[in-house]
Amino acid sequence: MVHTDQAEPTRRDFLYIATGAMGVVGAGALVWPFIDQMNPDASALALASIEVDVSAVEEGQSITVKWRGKPVFIRNRTETEVEEAKAVPVADLKDPLARNANLPADAQATDPNRGVAGQENWLVQVGICTHLGCVPIGDSGDFGGWFCPCHGSHYDTAGRIRKGPAPENLLIPPLEFASDSTIKIG
Amino acid sequence: MAGHSNYVPQSAAAKWLESRLPVISLMRGSFVDFPTPKNLNYWWTFGGILFFMLIAQLITGIVLAMHYTPNAGLAFDSVEHIMRDVNFGWMLRYLHSNGASMFFIAVYIHIFRGLYYGSYKAPREISWILGVIIFLIMMGTAFMGYVLPWGQMSFWGATVITNLFSAIPMVGDAIRTWLWGGFAVDNATLNRFFSLHYLLPFMIFGVVILHVWAFHTTGNNNPTGVQPKTKQDTIPFHPYYTVKDFFAIIVFMIVFAWFAFYVPNYMGHPDNYIEANPLVTPAHIVPEWYFLPFYAILRAVPDKLGGVAAMFGAIAVLFVLPWLDTSKVRSGAYRPLFKQFFWIFALNAVALGYLGAMPAEGTYVLLARICTVYYFAHFLIILPMLGFLEKPRPVPTSISEAVLKSGSGKPAGAAAAPETK
Repeated sequence: MVHTDQAEPTRRDFLYIATGAMGVVGAGALVWPFIDQMNPDASALALASIEVDVSAVEEGQSITVKWRGKPVFIRNRTETEVEEAKAVPVADLKDPLARNANLPADAQATDPNRGVAGQENWLVQVGICTHLGCVPIGDSGDFGGWFCPCHGSHYDTAGRIRKGPAPENLLIPPLEFASDSTIKIG
Repeated sequence: MAGHSNYVPQSAAAKWLESRLPVISLMRGSFVDFPTPKNLNYWWTFGGILFFMLIAQLITGIVLAMHYTPNAGLAFDSVEHIMRDVNFGWMLRYLHSNGASMFFIAVYIHIFRGLYYGSYKAPREISWILGVIIFLIMMGTAFMGYVLPWGQMSFWGATVITNLFSAIPMVGDAIRTWLWGGFAVDNATLNRFFSLHYLLPFMIFGVVILHVWAFHTTGNNNPTGVQPKTKQDTIPFHPYYTVKDFFAIIVFMIVFAWFAFYVPNYMGHPDNYIEANPLVTPAHIVPEWYFLPFYAILRAVPDKLGGVAAMFGAIAVLFVLPWLDTSKVRSGAYRPLFKQFFWIFALNAVALGYLGAMPAEGTYVLLARICTVYYFAHFLIILPMLGFLEKPRPVPTSISEAVLKSGSGKPAGAAAAPETK
C-alpha cells in the first residue's frame, strides 16, 4: 500500500479493504448458483416416495422396485432365513449398526431391527452395495443372502455385510405398511 | 519461442502484420527454427503423435456430437443410429473410441520415455507437472466419454467411479449427490458428462500449449540428458523433426487404422452394447484398459477410503517426482542401477494392469498388494536412495561428442534400438 509509512490507517485504507471484501462476498454469491445448479432438481426431489403392492409376493420371493432411481429389494423371507439371521450374534458382524432409517442411528444390527417392524418376514432394503454402488445378486453368496459381483461383498439373509470390502450393511429406507398389502417407501 | 526465430519479414503485408502481432515469428521460432538437440530418438516422436491424436479426437468428437443425443432415454439409440444410419457414422465412432485407446498408448509411452531419460528433472519440472495435469484431464475426459453411449458398462462404470467420492469423510455423500444431480446416476449425470466431455479437450489443448512453452523455454531433453552447449549440438526443428515426427505419425496411424477397421471392439467391452439398466449390474465390471493399473491399486487396499486415497496417491506422487529423484545424472542411459529398477517398475505397472482386469479374489488380491507396495516404493524409497548408492557411468561432455564417438554413438539400452519398436 501507499500509506505504509503512516502510523494510523486512513479512511482510504478502510475503503480499499471494505471494497475488496465486498467484492469477495459478491464473487462468492455469484459462484453459488453455478455450483448449486448441479444438485438434484425439483423433479428429482418430487419422486421421493412410492407405494408398492406386495400382496403377490409369496414366502421366499423377492421383487425389486425403483425408488429415487435406485433399486429397492423387497423380500418375503422364509422362516429358515429369519432363524438363520437371528442366530448370528451382533459381535460377529462387521457392521454392528442396523442402518435402518426408521430407527435411531445407533440401533444394533439385530434381525428384528433389520426387518419391517412387527412383520419380521419382510425385509426391505436399498439394493445398492455400500462399497461402490453396484447391485448385489439375490439368493447367493456365502451367507445365503446377497452377493455383489463387482468386488465380492457377501451379505446375509438380513442384508448385513459379512465378508468383502463393503463397510456397511445394506441401507433400509424410510418405510411403513400403508395398508395390509401396500408398503410406502420414502 | 519467438526469440529463436530467424524470420525477417519480406513482403509489405508480412511487415505490416509482424509490427502489430508477431505471430509469424512466434510460429517460426517455435516450430521451424527452434533449435532441437540433434540426437533425439524415436521415443521423442510421441509428443508429435499425441498432438496428432488430440486433433483427431477433437475433429471426430465434434462431428459425432452433431448426431448424438445426451438424454438417458435416447443416448443408446442415438449411438446405434450413428453406427447404422449416419453416413460414415460407424467409421467416425470407431475412430473416436479407438482413438481414445491409441491416445493412452501414446501417452503412456511418452510418460515412460520421460521417466527413463529423466525429463522431469531440473530445469523441466514445470513441463513435467503440466504433463501430469494433462494426463489427469485426459483421464477425466476419457471416463466421461465412455459414459455417453449409455450402455451397461457406461452406467456401472460411472456408478463405481462417482461412488469413489463417497469415501471422503463427512462431505462424501453430499459431493456424490452433487456430481449425480440426483440420487443415482441418471439423465442429469449424462447431460453434465456430455457438457464436460466437450469442454475438457479444449482445456487439454490449453495446457498442451503451456507444456510446449515450458520445454521450449528450457530446451528439449535428449537421450544423453546433457544440455546443448554449442550450435553444433542442435538442428532446426524443421525440416529435421517435422519429417521425423511425420513419419512416426504415419506408422502410428497404420496401427490405429488396423484397430479401427479390423478389430474395432477389441479394446472395448461387449456389455456396453446392452442398454444401461439401473436395476442390474453386469457380472464382471472392469474399466477401460487404460485405467486398469489404477483400478488394481484401488482394489488392493481392503479399506474403502484407503483404496481411494492410494489410487489418487498413485498419480499425485508423479507431481513430486522431480524432487524424489536425488541423482545428479539426468539420463537413465548412464545410470546402471536405475536402468534395472526402471524396467522392474515398467513390468510392475503392466502387472498391475493385468491384475486390474482379474477378479479381486485369492492370489490376485495378494499379488495386487505386492505390486501396489512396489509402485509406491519405487518413487518413495528406491529413487531417493539410488541417488546416493549408485555410481553413474561418465556422462559425455556434449551431445556432439556422444553422437560422434564410438560408432553407434547412442547410449546403450532402449535408446540404441528405437527402430525395433
